[in-house]
Amino acid sequence: MKNKRKLFLAVVGACFAGQLGLACWAADLRLVGSGASFPFPLYSAWFKDFSRKTAGVTVDYQAKGSGAGIQDLINKTVDFAASDAAMTPEQISKVADGVVLLPMTAGEIVLAYNLPGQLKDLKLPRDVYPDIFAGKITQWDDPRIVAANPHIKLPNLPITVVRRSDSSGTTFVFTKHLSAISPTFKEQIGSGTTVNWPQSDKFVAAPKNDGVTATIKQTPGAIGYIEYGYAKLTKADTALLQNRAGKFVAASDASGAVALAGAQLPADLIAWVDDPAGPESYPIVSFTWMLFYQKQDPEKAKYLRELVAYGLTEGQKSADKMGYIPLPANVVEKVMAASAKIQ
Amino acid sequence: MSVSLELPKNSHSLAQAPSVVAYAVNRAFSVVATIGALTIIALVAYILYEIGRQAVPAMQQSGLRFLVDTHWDVQKGSFGILPQIWGTLYSSLLALLIGGFVGVTIAIFLTQGFLPPYLAVSFRTLIEMLAAIPSVVFGLWGIFVVIPFVRPGANWLNEHFGSIPFFSSSLSGPGLLPAVIVLSIMILPTVAAISQDAIGLVPYKIKEAAYGMGTTRWEAILKVIVPTAAVGISSALVLGFGRALGETMALAMLIGNSNQISLSLFSPANTLAALLASNFPEAAQTERQALMYAALVLLAITLIVNVIGTIILVWTSRKMGKV
Repeated sequence: MKNKRKLFLAVVGACFAGQLGLACWAADLRLVGSGASFPFPLYSAWFKDFSRKTAGVTVDYQAKGSGAGIQDLINKTVDFAASDAAMTPEQISKVADGVVLLPMTAGEIVLAYNLPGQLKDLKLPRDVYPDIFAGKITQWDDPRIVAANPHIKLPNLPITVVRRSDSSGTTFVFTKHLSAISPTFKEQIGSGTTVNWPQSDKFVAAPKNDGVTATIKQTPGAIGYIEYGYAKLTKADTALLQNRAGKFVAASDASGAVALAGAQLPADLIAWVDDPAGPESYPIVSFTWMLFYQKQDPEKAKYLRELVAYGLTEGQKSADKMGYIPLPANVVEKVMAASAKIQ
Repeated sequence: MSVSLELPKNSHSLAQAPSVVAYAVNRAFSVVATIGALTIIALVAYILYEIGRQAVPAMQQSGLRFLVDTHWDVQKGSFGILPQIWGTLYSSLLALLIGGFVGVTIAIFLTQGFLPPYLAVSFRTLIEMLAAIPSVVFGLWGIFVVIPFVRPGANWLNEHFGSIPFFSSSLSGPGLLPAVIVLSIMILPTVAAISQDAIGLVPYKIKEAAYGMGTTRWEAILKVIVPTAAVGISSALVLGFGRALGETMALAMLIGNSNQISLSLFSPANTLAALLASNFPEAAQTERQALMYAALVLLAITLIVNVIGTIILVWTSRKMGKV
């Protein structure tokens, strides 16, 4: 063990010294990727570990956002990309070399809130939270919220909705879910990476997941949607949401995994879990994809396949520690088979 | 143009003709300076051309409706920036009102002998250090300090004077008021430093003459010194306003990024620079063109402000000349 560590330090040292002379760079095969920021903490851990274990290969990933990643893939400036919103058929048709979309991990979106007095375990029924984000319920002591929460005393406070100011895969997944469970939300706002939120003094926008998290934390009476990992990290209060079976479920690794287990992956591996069934399922979950070219340099293809294999085996083990949901076994199998298309 | 480097033979003057080296250095310097100046002009022209070129499709599609439409809808591909134009001008004007007033007051305070000189110098350095604080730090400070600090007062005003349009909504978190407060602190160093220089340039004789005529200190300051320095002070204000118009990161974090037009100081709003900063990274083709168009509008606004500023400058200096 000690020896191994020494060796590692020596390699790092050599590389560092080598980098100054650019020797290490030249010897490496670099795989460059860009895209979604939501799985970035997990991906960066994977890529670091993979680069370390695979001699001669370095993986660089830039968390620019899902939209930018897809754009980079179309413009051929990267070797792979990542996206929370998969790709539209129109975008796929723009890539001459063909695209392979592989779901690599999955995440939950939580509703984080800030209520004075540390009110825990807020329950939001499924006809209530779409109305909050549609601007129809504006007070915390609205009778519909009070009725669902007899265990806490809700304050007479306006609800401040915090949304993303930038275009975002998180917004895409969240609005897709709201549109699936509320016809009025679908009709008035719809779904997309950016949507037209209601014009109101009580809708504010902040950049990126961490911006939204900070704004919620600083604003009494705020509610907003963020990735589960960010809420876990900042210990934000998150609401229990009512799922299709009518039960109130908190976001957790277990409730997310149950929700995903019901997903049926079609041949193109693009599946949305808009409204998962099952009494234990957390309602807002989604896969997140890595995007590859079908045709490329054979050596690059070989290492990209290895990268996928690493993510599906070793990588899944670190997923739940970091607030992501490990893929169900049947999904891993399908994705592994599909990765052979990367040639 | 030929230059003779030789003196008449029978000259007894101590003066010497410039040496060849001095002449060459002089020539070289003027050439380098000319190239530098032309490069800057060319660069500005190129930036304008490049932004304009990329904005052309959006201009053709939206035309002038872009300036009066209030929706930024990526899905429908219809873009309008009236709320952003309003937010940019409103926030910058308010910031100029606060920052300009405080800045000029500080300049008077530091130059007119209210403080011993060593204190005045250290004060000045402190204020100039404000200019070195990164925008993001101002933004974070705004989120964690300014917003909680102004919230109770703002909500009290809204409760008791809610019928006045300026106080017609409550402040929940990000909004115009915190953004304006931070913005006015950000333009303070610019305004204070330049007005200080302007006031410092007023000849001592004029001040003495004023005192000699029996004015009090305040009469001398307000009726003689400040009017004499008015040209410099107004250029300080114009520069401060320009800085406020273009400020990006702190505003993107504090203003709430909400596309609405409201007089209320406590409502979330949006500015052109904040729109560009938050939407650019993930913008696809059509939105990118619209953003380029918005950038062009921001440039135009800045240009117009500068032109108006210059006109005011010329006008005041002419008026001063007549006195």
